[in-house]
Amino acid sequence: MSAEPILEIREVTKTFGGILALNRLSFNVNEGDVLGIIGPNGSGKTTIVNCITGFVKPSSGRIFFRGKEISGKPPHKIADMGVARTFQIMRPYYSLPAYKNLVIPLFSPRSKRTGGWRGGGKLGDRNTVSIDILEEIGFERDSYVPYKMASSLPTGYLKRLELARCLALKPDVILCDEVFSGLSMSEIASMVPLIERLQMEGITLVMIEHRLRELFRVANRVVVMNFGEKLTEGTSEEVMADPRVKEAYFGSEEISEVMTYA
Amino acid sequence: MDIFIYGIFNSISLALMALGFALVYGISRVPNFAHGALYVVTGFLTWGFLRTLHLNYFLSILLAMFITGIVGALIYQLILVRVRGMAISEIIASYAMGLAIIEGFRWWGFKGMTYTLPVFVEGSVTIAGIPIDWQRILVVAVGAAVVGFLWLFTHYTKVGLALRGMAQDERASLMLGIDSDRMAVVAMSFGAMLAGLAAIMLLPLGNIVVEKGYDVLILAIAVCIVGGLGSWMGAVVASFLIGFAQILTVVYLGAHFQMVVALLAIIVTLVLRPSGLFGRQKELEERV
Amino acid sequence: MTEQRRKERLDRGIKVRTDGLYALMSWRELSYLTLPRLVLIVGIIILPLVLPSLYWQRVVSIVCIYALLALSFDFLAHYVGLVSLGGAFFIGVGGYIAAILNTSFGVHPLLTVPIATVCGAVICTVLLLPCLPLRGVYFAIVTLMYPLLLARVIEALDILGGTDGIMGIESFPSQWVEEYLVIALVLLFLFGIRRLVNLDIGLVFRAVKDNDQAVRASGMNVTYYKALGVFVASGLGCLGGACLVHIYMWSGISLFALDFSILPIAATVIGGGGTLVGPVLGCFILVPVSELLRAFGTLRIVFYALILMAFVVFRSEGLMVYGTRKYQQFERWVKV
Repeated sequence: MSAEPILEIREVTKTFGGILALNRLSFNVNEGDVLGIIGPNGSGKTTIVNCITGFVKPSSGRIFFRGKEISGKPPHKIADMGVARTFQIMRPYYSLPAYKNLVIPLFSPRSKRTGGWRGGGKLGDRNTVSIDILEEIGFERDSYVPYKMASSLPTGYLKRLELARCLALKPDVILCDEVFSGLSMSEIASMVPLIERLQMEGITLVMIEHRLRELFRVANRVVVMNFGEKLTEGTSEEVMADPRVKEAYFGSEEISEVMTYA
Repeated sequence: MDIFIYGIFNSISLALMALGFALVYGISRVPNFAHGALYVVTGFLTWGFLRTLHLNYFLSILLAMFITGIVGALIYQLILVRVRGMAISEIIASYAMGLAIIEGFRWWGFKGMTYTLPVFVEGSVTIAGIPIDWQRILVVAVGAAVVGFLWLFTHYTKVGLALRGMAQDERASLMLGIDSDRMAVVAMSFGAMLAGLAAIMLLPLGNIVVEKGYDVLILAIAVCIVGGLGSWMGAVVASFLIGFAQILTVVYLGAHFQMVVALLAIIVTLVLRPSGLFGRQKELEERV
Repeated sequence: MTEQRRKERLDRGIKVRTDGLYALMSWRELSYLTLPRLVLIVGIIILPLVLPSLYWQRVVSIVCIYALLALSFDFLAHYVGLVSLGGAFFIGVGGYIAAILNTSFGVHPLLTVPIATVCGAVICTVLLLPCLPLRGVYFAIVTLMYPLLLARVIEALDILGGTDGIMGIESFPSQWVEEYLVIALVLLFLFGIRRLVNLDIGLVFRAVKDNDQAVRASGMNVTYYKALGVFVASGLGCLGGACLVHIYMWSGISLFALDFSILPIAATVIGGGGTLVGPVLGCFILVPVSELLRAFGTLRIVFYALILMAFVVFRSEGLMVYGTRKYQQFERWVKV
């Protein structure tokens, strides 16, 4: 574990026409963290993920991955360096079966270099590796599920497929954009161990979430955003005790009972 | 000096040709690839009314422009409205329509160089030692008037402001009660009539050939890409850039290079600055 | 309580039984798979032998050239996601390169064809490179305009033969070589592209069409893969153009004609986009029809344009899509 943060976001600002989406946002992510990013809708959470992964260019400010500047690089170069992401609006390849969906990321230069998730440096037959990854991520190997068309999979599996797509790259960091959203309680309950397992494998996770209770079970640090700025950061207890956080979500009424469910 | 004068004339001609296309795209995001065909339609209609039915010239022009406007509206209402939103289908459908019209005219017998329209005012005047026909001066005057009128219309009238609103954000306009389909029909008829106006002003200087349909389409698209798809101010500026570039190449390299300039302009723009001079669009793929 | 029914489509039993290795179970299953393909291959091969006159045999060659173009369009549009409105661009580039190689450098026709294919593909890809990172609309616009512009440029600059074109190009060694070379090429590439889109790299192409953001997020340069797709498709078109100039023994501006741009698209929509064999069949239908309509002048372009418009607007399936569905699935009414 190096002392230098694996991801540094420095004074990142982004304007879209007249809208200020991010305003001098700064925070760091240490290697091995599970960092939660929370905040009300429209606070810029997806925008900062887009900036980090290169889908959107920051108007000003810089972003560093392992000390190298990545702000302004194209998305495929950033992914090649080891920063993977999931999409909030899920984007599987609908016309292909689930396991073929993974063949595509396994075709990338990074997968060829690293051998994919368990490859240990050499990439074998992509179909086999893809089934292996799917099994690890929760698709039952002996069932027909990995062979179903992606368009016919339920949400829980699709979320896992998004994560599998990231794993195929053997990433160092995964930015998860609302992986818990749209899932039932039991589906979330089965996702949490998966997240914990990823963390134990050494992957740094940055998770944007609205489901605070589940997030706090896995996250060791939390950044709270509001109106494109960092409101506060700290451990989940510190953040939840901060009255400004409640005010950001709910307005200035006293609705403390809701927060006690966390 | 003559470069300057011919340059201005060429640029305004390009602007006249391109504004119809720019307007339709700017307002309703519909790429009207039948634009060149509408140019030709007005030309032949005017010729038909004038030479065959022997109507008054002015009346022929008005009728032809009016009918072209209706044709434009019909193209939208009958065809394009069904493929609204799918950019590539819109291009294919409007291009196919334009092709059908242009080649239809060619098949019907409008081949060859014998179709002409008379100029409005005979004779020429000498400015700074160069003889210029009155027709060309009229073109410049009409072109400037059109640009000015467009600016005033879209900034100060209700319909014009609605069109501008739609151009900026279609969903917001819909929520404010502006019917985007009806506005698109209006935009298409305006665009068609502008194509017709360009035809009326420019065709008397030459003859009416069906090939002109393709040329006008190419030039209009080149101007709009350089100026930025969706910005009519950009189209005007781009017309001047391309117009003067064409005249310069004609003077120094030879008369055949006009189209090459258009081609190069498109490629250079796409490589250096894909959104064009004033384009507001995201030229890369859709954001996440 | 009224009974409601809906239509249900199920795969036929024999289709399920022929999935994968199980096809080898019996002759019946094998023939279910191979019969359509055999009919196609045999049909195309014996076609020139049963046709009455030299004129119609020539038409078959032309059909095959158009079929190459239609394959190129279908592959680009339905497997890479780029709609090319100007197949004539590829034909013209390939044709002129072959013509120059043959007349100015004396290269034998059987050599000019492969060289023109590869060089032409490189040139076309480079010329289309600027619009690949941009939205698909730009690709459509630029491909539409290139043939129109190139034709005018050649005419205006009077290079490469100008309006007269390049004459005196050698033809293929014998008439049968000419005939069966193009047929072989069509069959080769029909089955070849079919194979390609199911290889891993073919999956990447299809992923670029479905969802290029996800491909970018997986660390792959989408522009590179689009360029590869354009290379393959333009190669097919240039191949067609190179063969064409040797068949006609002449190369001119008419290589950039609208026919070559529009007919493949019309053939694809009629035959069924995405099936690869549909566009080929569409050419077998449309090209003879257009020959018959040749007496009517440019009416045939009006005809293609109207077909195209009708299909685009009404989003019909296409023959082969309908045919494959009927062959592989059956329908029945089911109680809701």
